[in-house]
Amino acid sequence: MSQTSYKPPWWLPGGLSVLAIAALAGLPLLALMNEASNLTLLDVVNDPYNRRVISFSLYQAILSTALSVVLAIPLAVALSREPRFFGRTLLINLFSLSLVIPTIVAIVGIVSIFGQSGLANQLLQNFGFNSFSIYGLQGILLAHVFFNMPLAARVFLQSLENIPQEQWRLAAQLGLPSSSRWRLIEWPAIRSQLAGISILIFALCFTSFTIVMTLGGGPRATTIEVAIYQALRFDFDINTAVALALIQLVLCTLIMIATHSLGTHTTQGLSSIKLNQNTLYASGHYFNGLIISIAALFLITPLVSLIVKAFNPATIGVITHAKTLSAASNTLVVALAAGAIAVAMGVGLQLSARHLRLRLYKHSSGRALQLVGNVILVIPPVVLGTGLFILLRPHADVFALGLVIVVAINSLMALPFVLRILEGPVLQAAQQHDRLIQSLGIHGMPRWRLLDWPHLKKPIGYSMAVSSTLAAGDLSAIALFGSERIATLPLLLYQRIGSYRHHEALTTAVLLLLLCFALFFILQRVIGGKPDA
Amino acid sequence: MLKLRALRFSYGEEDYQFDLSAGSHSTSAIMGKSGSGKSTLLNLIAGFLKPSGGDIQWLGESILSLPAEKRPITTLFQQHNLFPHLTLHQNLALGINPSLKLSKEQHQQLLQSLDAVGMAGMEYQSAHTLSGGEQQRVALARCLLRKKPILLMDEPFSALDEATRESMQVLTRDTIENNKLCAIIVTHSQNDAIALEASTYSLVNGRLSSHT
Amino acid sequence: MHSVLPFQFFKKSPLQLPSSGLRGNTRSLAASIVTCGALLLGSSAILAEDKTLTVYTYESFTSEWGPGPVVKKAFEAQCECTLQFVPLDSSAGILNRVQLEGSNTKADVVLGLDTNLMATAKDTGLLATSEVDTSTVALPIKWTSDTFVPFDYGYFAFVYDTEALASPPSSLEELVNAPDDLKIIIQDPRTSTPGLGLLLWVKSVYGDKAADAWKKLQPKILTVTKGWSEAYFSLFLNGEAPMVLSYSTSPGYHMAIDKTERYQAAAFSEGHYLQVEVAALLESSTNKALGREFLQFMLSKEFQTALPLTNVMYPSTDIGDDLPAEFNKLIQPESVLLIDSAEVRDNRKEWLREWLDVSSQ
Repeated sequence: MSQTSYKPPWWLPGGLSVLAIAALAGLPLLALMNEASNLTLLDVVNDPYNRRVISFSLYQAILSTALSVVLAIPLAVALSREPRFFGRTLLINLFSLSLVIPTIVAIVGIVSIFGQSGLANQLLQNFGFNSFSIYGLQGILLAHVFFNMPLAARVFLQSLENIPQEQWRLAAQLGLPSSSRWRLIEWPAIRSQLAGISILIFALCFTSFTIVMTLGGGPRATTIEVAIYQALRFDFDINTAVALALIQLVLCTLIMIATHSLGTHTTQGLSSIKLNQNTLYASGHYFNGLIISIAALFLITPLVSLIVKAFNPATIGVITHAKTLSAASNTLVVALAAGAIAVAMGVGLQLSARHLRLRLYKHSSGRALQLVGNVILVIPPVVLGTGLFILLRPHADVFALGLVIVVAINSLMALPFVLRILEGPVLQAAQQHDRLIQSLGIHGMPRWRLLDWPHLKKPIGYSMAVSSTLAAGDLSAIALFGSERIATLPLLLYQRIGSYRHHEALTTAVLLLLLCFALFFILQRVIGGKPDA
Repeated sequence: MLKLRALRFSYGEEDYQFDLSAGSHSTSAIMGKSGSGKSTLLNLIAGFLKPSGGDIQWLGESILSLPAEKRPITTLFQQHNLFPHLTLHQNLALGINPSLKLSKEQHQQLLQSLDAVGMAGMEYQSAHTLSGGEQQRVALARCLLRKKPILLMDEPFSALDEATRESMQVLTRDTIENNKLCAIIVTHSQNDAIALEASTYSLVNGRLSSHT
Repeated sequence: MHSVLPFQFFKKSPLQLPSSGLRGNTRSLAASIVTCGALLLGSSAILAEDKTLTVYTYESFTSEWGPGPVVKKAFEAQCECTLQFVPLDSSAGILNRVQLEGSNTKADVVLGLDTNLMATAKDTGLLATSEVDTSTVALPIKWTSDTFVPFDYGYFAFVYDTEALASPPSSLEELVNAPDDLKIIIQDPRTSTPGLGLLLWVKSVYGDKAADAWKKLQPKILTVTKGWSEAYFSLFLNGEAPMVLSYSTSPGYHMAIDKTERYQAAAFSEGHYLQVEVAALLESSTNKALGREFLQFMLSKEFQTALPLTNVMYPSTDIGDDLPAEFNKLIQPESVLLIDSAEVRDNRKEWLREWLDVSSQ
């Protein structure tokens, strides 16, 4: 007969995760609400500065979204119409690189091309045009397009590639001209994704922190996220910070509801793209080639320039400096700790959600449990940080706790990605065999070790890689809680950009980039094992 | 004796009520179209579903409150009976102890059971290398190892090709005979019921009726 | 106040690095883990035996060319302790920082606040009385504070590059009304004491019409930096703009050390706003006696004579002939402007809001 081993209750892993999330997000939120009780919402909304910050946040997000989406459409169509050219897969893969490349690193590259002394400006001047400034609204838009246009193009391309071959063949047989193909076949495919991707990009740009911090340049171009940071760190103005945090909370909740009702995910970039060789279409090669070349140049030159310029007179000084090395080791600690905590919370939530779905037939409760992990989408990092500040300040030196808090915030930031990666595999590891597992009475550690781990080690390795890389490149949490005592590479990089030390910034950026790549590949390999042949 | 007494289950518009008596050493075949609730019946007996009323008794005692793994029941599913990434040894050992720790004696029993289904010497093969018929044999071996008096079978032969099905039917019938099991098979095929020499019941409109 | 040498972070020769990178790195990591642990355990008696005086200051004070290294050496020789300067990224940031840390702050002394922030700082209740004899202080104003020790002073002024700008504006009014292609760099009044100084300068000249003046000034502002160093070193000296908000004393350094008259301060007819830089002891300090010793030391001849060419400000005491001759060639304000510290305290938030409001348009 089967021996009885300890059977942990099904809610334990998820319960622990919920408890951790409640402590990390719920307590700061309560602190925030408590602090806000002496504010009147009307005053907050009527304050001219607050209003200006809110409207700028919305304005830049709308413009960024429109530009990204509109520019992505011709690119996606051109890529879909040119199914075969050297480097096509590489280019498409590059579109999702923003997951691995920290925002602040890409900004250094963008500045080195589009900045005052960058290649783009020099070209403009050679042709007799005025140079443009990368700082301010135009810089924010440029960087947002750099990150989000490829994301949109990827989604549109996937939608185009999903069009059944039969439709193309039919179009060819009927001899439809290019304009009709666009109107009848391509546009409907793109339109079906339009609302979803727009709201997603809008959400990303609306809460964008690093780009606005580095390229915003002063009070004229400040979003709510950055204004909260400034109120806290520049001015110790807790009232303004809390007021703006509250506004941000409300707006993010609205965006989250909109996102959900459209069925999109912030983690969209994670899904792998399935390419379908559409061989029948071949027209307008030159035009397609032009579009693709411009897009490729736009995306690749900043990265290439970054790497080329990283080797400069300051390189040795930067990489041997104690500050750099201490920041690098802090970055590594933050990345691994935040990654591990995010994965642990994610696995916990998914295991209990699986039980709710498969054993108790409570699909909506399972869904709700998973949603708990997306709390950071409603409470953005800076808002969460403000809450933690208010919560912890009376009891401890928040700057001494800096790294611990940064790890906590980053683990919550990575959690939605972890959940998204693990959801399918955790369910699949049980779905076919769940009745058998139940009848054999396999549970607890043996179940994890024998049945779940072999299926999950690859996705867990991947989610650990993604979440560690995200944490390694994050600026928002460390900007609030970092100090001269505790810095990470992104903070050091921000300081070096902020004091216009370009050479040092370039080297630091590449160092951070290498660290992220190393984390991304090594973690996948170490945890997930060899890639499948 | 396995007794189902007014065992009820409602889900949406579906409503079932089962009454059944099966001898301690007997074979019963439940026949019905797909969607008639055959699987629901097995899931209720096995403990995968919670009934909304009624009782299940084995040897005069209710087993309703027992969790699936504690019931005197072992189940042979239509497919996915084995974990494909584990060896046959591991798959069988899971039937004895979920943490895979076996005594010498249990190890011997394991080998014997494999021998009994004609798969001797293959214990260290990975399950995914086996054919569908071989997988069902190993699954049957594990049912034996579990030493449970009741054997539930959910369309155990329907995923097999004709030749394999026949030999599997014979093996199953002999196994029930030799181990004196209370067997219940859910199937849509008359042929299965005849091959296992089972008393047949049909499931229509959520109720069981006996064919004599 | 700030040293005017091209600030290059890595110009140090490897031999001068205080410790090898790896050692520094593991130490700080270990230290942060230990402090976290200690805090979590609620233990407050950390290293009570170690006589270390922790001083929060702004970055350029501690730079290799700033007064920091000289002061550290001199004070450590007399006190038999360790003087630890913690450089924060901006001057007004020092006050924000101790407010954020509250009574848990590690700082014993804050150095680098100014007259404008005194009342605000005192109101936090985080500061202790100095018990320092300030009778030797010789400032353009009478000194009465029992909490703050003034160590140097200067006048805010726009410094311009004579090679890029032949005739600078001769008044604030002229600057405000100058054509928009005259670009200036200023500092953020929320983070930088010069930035706050300009805010008050404009306020004392324009009063209720300050917002209008700012509105006219907006198109001329190339950028608003967080701190003075970025504005002066990284942008102005690299030729990004012909004019920068700094001090009337800044040209003294260029003349004395760089031997150039290229950079000059523009004299404004409305007068110049005065800044006195101060230091204070924290109430939460466990090293109060040592802290007071340091505050007294700041008025010593050793400290005071180091200031003109390291912090590039007038010393707060009369150092006679030790004042470099070049300092006599500096512009002298026609009138000295200063808003009472209490008035600044009462209105700072509102004025900052006004500035933010105009600047974000």
